[in-house]
Amino acid sequence: MPETSVDLARLARSVAEQAGSGEEIEVYASRSVETDVRAYDGEIEVLSQAASAGIGVRVVVGGRQGFASAGSLDAAVVAETVREARDNAVFATPDDHVGLARPDGVAPAGLELWDDSVPSTPPERKAELALELERRTRAADPRIRQVSSADYGDLAVETAVATSTGVLVGSRRTVCSLAVSALAGDGGHTGVGISAGRRLEDLDLERAVADAVLRSTRLIGASKGRSGRCTVVFDPRVTATLLAVVASALSGESVTKNRSMFAGRVGEDVAAPSVALVDDPTDPRAFSSAAFDGEGLACRRNALISGGVLQGFVFDTVAARRAGTVSTGSAVRGGYASTPVAGCRAVQLAPGHQSAEEILAAVGEGLFVQSVTGVHSGVSAVSGDFSVGAEGLWIRGGSLDAPVREVTVASTLQRMLHSISHIGADVEWLPGLAAGQTIAIADMAVGGE
Amino acid sequence: MAAQPDMLVDPDLAQRVLARALRRGGDFAEVFAEDRRATSAVFDDGRVEELASSRDRGAGIRVVVGETTGFAHTADLSEAGLLAAAEAAASVARDGESRTVAFGDRKGVAVSGALRPGDSVPKADKIALLARSDDAARSAGSAVAQVSASYGDSRRRFLVANSDGVLAVDDQVRSRLAVSVVAVGDTGRQTGFESVAATSGFELFDRTDVAELAWAAARRALGKLAARPAPSGAVPVVLASGSGGILFHEACGHGLEADHVAKDTSVYAGRMGELVASPLVTLVDDGTVGGEWGAFAVDDEGHPAGRTVLIERGVLVDYMWDGVRARKERRSSSGNGRRQSYRHLPMVRMTNTFLLDGADDPDGIVSRTPHGVYVAKLGGGQVNTATGDFVFGTTEAYLIEDGHLTEPLRDANLIGNGPEVLSRIDAVAGDFAMTPGTCGKDGQSVPVGCGQPTLRISSVTIGGTAGA
Repeated sequence: MPETSVDLARLARSVAEQAGSGEEIEVYASRSVETDVRAYDGEIEVLSQAASAGIGVRVVVGGRQGFASAGSLDAAVVAETVREARDNAVFATPDDHVGLARPDGVAPAGLELWDDSVPSTPPERKAELALELERRTRAADPRIRQVSSADYGDLAVETAVATSTGVLVGSRRTVCSLAVSALAGDGGHTGVGISAGRRLEDLDLERAVADAVLRSTRLIGASKGRSGRCTVVFDPRVTATLLAVVASALSGESVTKNRSMFAGRVGEDVAAPSVALVDDPTDPRAFSSAAFDGEGLACRRNALISGGVLQGFVFDTVAARRAGTVSTGSAVRGGYASTPVAGCRAVQLAPGHQSAEEILAAVGEGLFVQSVTGVHSGVSAVSGDFSVGAEGLWIRGGSLDAPVREVTVASTLQRMLHSISHIGADVEWLPGLAAGQTIAIADMAVGGE
Repeated sequence: MAAQPDMLVDPDLAQRVLARALRRGGDFAEVFAEDRRATSAVFDDGRVEELASSRDRGAGIRVVVGETTGFAHTADLSEAGLLAAAEAAASVARDGESRTVAFGDRKGVAVSGALRPGDSVPKADKIALLARSDDAARSAGSAVAQVSASYGDSRRRFLVANSDGVLAVDDQVRSRLAVSVVAVGDTGRQTGFESVAATSGFELFDRTDVAELAWAAARRALGKLAARPAPSGAVPVVLASGSGGILFHEACGHGLEADHVAKDTSVYAGRMGELVASPLVTLVDDGTVGGEWGAFAVDDEGHPAGRTVLIERGVLVDYMWDGVRARKERRSSSGNGRRQSYRHLPMVRMTNTFLLDGADDPDGIVSRTPHGVYVAKLGGGQVNTATGDFVFGTTEAYLIEDGHLTEPLRDANLIGNGPEVLSRIDAVAGDFAMTPGTCGKDGQSVPVGCGQPTLRISSVTIGGTAGA
């Protein structure tokens, strides 16, 4: 088990203080414990308990950056990691834009993201939750023929960032979730139900069960669709997926490196006038909210699109220097083994006033998309090309009608943003970097038989 | 047995850890100790942006009791650390009989076949490789606006010991180079990608034409600047040799993994001996193919890599198995138990999965197709094994008109149902080639190979925006 007694911030600072003349050092240290339980057929299939710790070290000298990481906080390993990062810096090309964050005076949001119940609840209680999730899903509806997975998972993570340029921050957060995947009917139609929170008491088991059952059973009898063009209504989860791709094109890293469809378009109309998009990690409702970014600067609210007009991008220190601006506190990193990169954390589309039912009624005829596949292979934030596999239900006479599967839905992200005709009030926060709500997009190509 | 320098954990200690793991009973216990070192380098925007090194070392311990698996992992390979993890994993066991473990002969090779493992190669050589790639991609055309070349190598040594007496080690060396290009023109931005990856040391790059690889990535991006939207709807599709092989990985590979079959979450469950594909289809999974990206000596449960014929002339003949699933069925593992790292439990995974050659001629297949889509390169894909519905994306495709390739097409996903699409394969050529990829399942990534000769599917739905 890892060194639970080590004070992460003190460790990080002591390493960062080793910076020599003309050298900058950043240390990112993290430690986590997690429990995962999977129930299957009335029994615990897997109970996994794990503790991890690690360190990532960036060294910048003469505009050259080197990085090294290790899955240990052991003193000898940490020392080797610093040596390796220094050696790696030698091989980088000097770049004036490269450097570490410096404190910028922005105060962190007061967020309470930790709850002791997550690490302290005995694994037996967590296992009971997974078993109950599976049992209730199986019992909920006779058409559910299989529950392929019923999972409880949690994570309690502490992180610290220290730099020789004056950054020293520590934070900790807990997350827990229930996820169940139900199969309905002979076709194996799949519905996933999820509930997530920061405290065990946030978990809504009934809601996860009801979601999985509704989403699987309403697809029973689904047939292939016919090709054509129509208005497409996205379920909140699909909207969140779509917004995450849009957000990736709003990263200052992508923009400064010519990998974004939004490059050079600040001040232009990029979406329908009703579209307002922000990235706000200080919103406590966001599952991914955080007080500090991956470089130790305070997270803040950044407006991305207002009234359909592109307002700007999110930046970490290096991308900001490259663009001639300052960090927006938007460095994200995948853990101690990754370097920070500019990215969104908690994207949200300003809600409209209509419920999902009102949007369906207003649309009248079209396709309701419950889930999409192939986002990583068919959607590009560089070109904007959008092509995904979809399943859902036809919209007839203003309400949901026959189920449909094995169709494609295609357009370009640019055209889709301009064609958003309705934005729902039904905002859902789920794990991921964007919230979602029901939205309608006019004139998309549906591919089928 | 005395400790040997290539052993991450002394076999005597492994015995004590397994005994502790089975202290309260259990059907099976396993210790998997791993040491992984990796370097990566990125040449981006015309400069060496970063060279990174990583080191990870630890052990995962599991205990199986009936249908239940307990798992714990630790970065502490000392006796105290391993015993504590064994206790945690054993928490699923109750009131059983304790027992001890004896090992049989050690399996696997402790010495990798790699000539120049990445950790023995000067960093400057890795950088030079990237600079060559960048030069070549940029020289492909003035519309090339951005090039990112990335290099990665890893050396993964592990020891796995279990209560069945298995004691095995492996030393897996892998190398990879990828080039990603953005081209900008009047029609917007387009991307191109190409990579080479193998279970090999740096000698991989002696037999790779790096400039050609970079040029292929650039050509893909440039070609799509003039591309028209792909059709929308059902069309005949010709997949070029080595265009990805991802078709079989998604259309049936995942559905032939024994864990999906056992839970009845596969459309191929209960169909052994049935015709599930066109008689032109013979599909194999083979972890022994020397040097391929998904190859190894022993799998992550200590079983030797194997070759499994999955579909023979269209008939389903076997599934892929890991150790736990095979124990339940009283058969042997097919060497498909894999895990991302010591922090993960092994599960049934593909290795190198490929369609065997047919007798047709690749050019003839195109010339006999009056109208359709020719896919020169595929990207990723995704499947729902329970329904069999899957998607896979194109990254280089052309329209076929009157038996000839005509205009380039913008990227799109194709969607189909596994058994239906496999039954519609109506031509298979004899020009087999493999492609490396990364397969994700339940949050774990492992390197895999995919391969196939040129083939035609008589009808599959493509998700473009133009009329079919």
